[in-house]
Amino acid sequence: MISSTTIWIVIAAMGVGSFGLRFLFLGLIGDRDLPPWVLRHLRYTAVAVLPGLVAPLVMWPAATGGQTDSARLSAALVTLVVGYITKNILAAIFAGAAVLYLGLYLIG
Amino acid sequence: MSSQFDRSDFLRGMRDGAPFILVVGPFALLFGVLATEAGLSLVEVMTFSILVIAGAAQFTAIQLMSENAPTIVVIASALAVNLRMAMYSASLTPHLGALPFWKRAFAAYFLVDQSYALSALEYEKRPDMTLGQKTSYFFGTISLVAPNWYLWTLVGALVGQAIPPQLALDFAVPITFLAMIGPMLRTPAHVAAAFVSVTCAILFAFIPWNLGLIIAGIAGMMTGAQVELWTERKGTP
Repeated sequence: MISSTTIWIVIAAMGVGSFGLRFLFLGLIGDRDLPPWVLRHLRYTAVAVLPGLVAPLVMWPAATGGQTDSARLSAALVTLVVGYITKNILAAIFAGAAVLYLGLYLIG
Repeated sequence: MSSQFDRSDFLRGMRDGAPFILVVGPFALLFGVLATEAGLSLVEVMTFSILVIAGAAQFTAIQLMSENAPTIVVIASALAVNLRMAMYSASLTPHLGALPFWKRAFAAYFLVDQSYALSALEYEKRPDMTLGQKTSYFFGTISLVAPNWYLWTLVGALVGQAIPPQLALDFAVPITFLAMIGPMLRTPAHVAAAFVSVTCAILFAFIPWNLGLIIAGIAGMMTGAQVELWTERKGTP
């Protein structure tokens, strides 16, 4: 169980931090331009963090005690491929969930 | 330039933003459910969604807190996911930067993926828009999305406890993230960044306190930027 203090620290820091990031240029820096190399790095933040977060969850799922599991692995691949091809987040989620439940049903 | 409210632009923004309810609703619902399952109280879940309004970062924080990652790693990783907001902010500044301070503060709070994407596209399509029209359109795009984000988080938090473990919701977060990653892989640079991030995260998974994720994030970001540079150089002989 996560402690309530931790939760509130995280909520407060993320509240301030997220607003800070959104307000940074619009509110404070105004019309000055960012150096191109900074913008170039900012473009890849989400695509650099999220895959790294997901990879261990897919490889070693907590629900199976860290054992790689074919139902979850195939669901992950299908989700990624459907998302890549259709560019539709909801379609990808539904496809992945369908494969997961089918896999869990077939494997038991 | 006047920043007067323009009703027709507000309504157009509202209409353009409406389809996103179909994405934001289920997303918020899932956040409410998972955060409640992770042990957050109703007040904590709602404060989280109202203060932060950023799905991916919120899921990141919940996931890492459930793994008992150190608080500083939770915050750093979740804010890293949100760094793109700074880019949105920079990109909208030439359009909305002339607004009075308090309106800029409101616009910043409501700067999310949907309002940014729609507004940036609209300002590009119709360069003759006045400041008032631009502002009205921006707030129009968020007028349905934000309330639905709050509402469906609440519904998720309320039903959260009633969901049986057989539903394998442990895998809802990975699937949601993977679904978001797919459409992000637009260029070779994005693919390379994601690939390096995955490789580093697996290789450095043994490092304590989830620091492997921080390494993966930095390595992925630098890879993306570098590959972009290479592709640009090749493109302009």
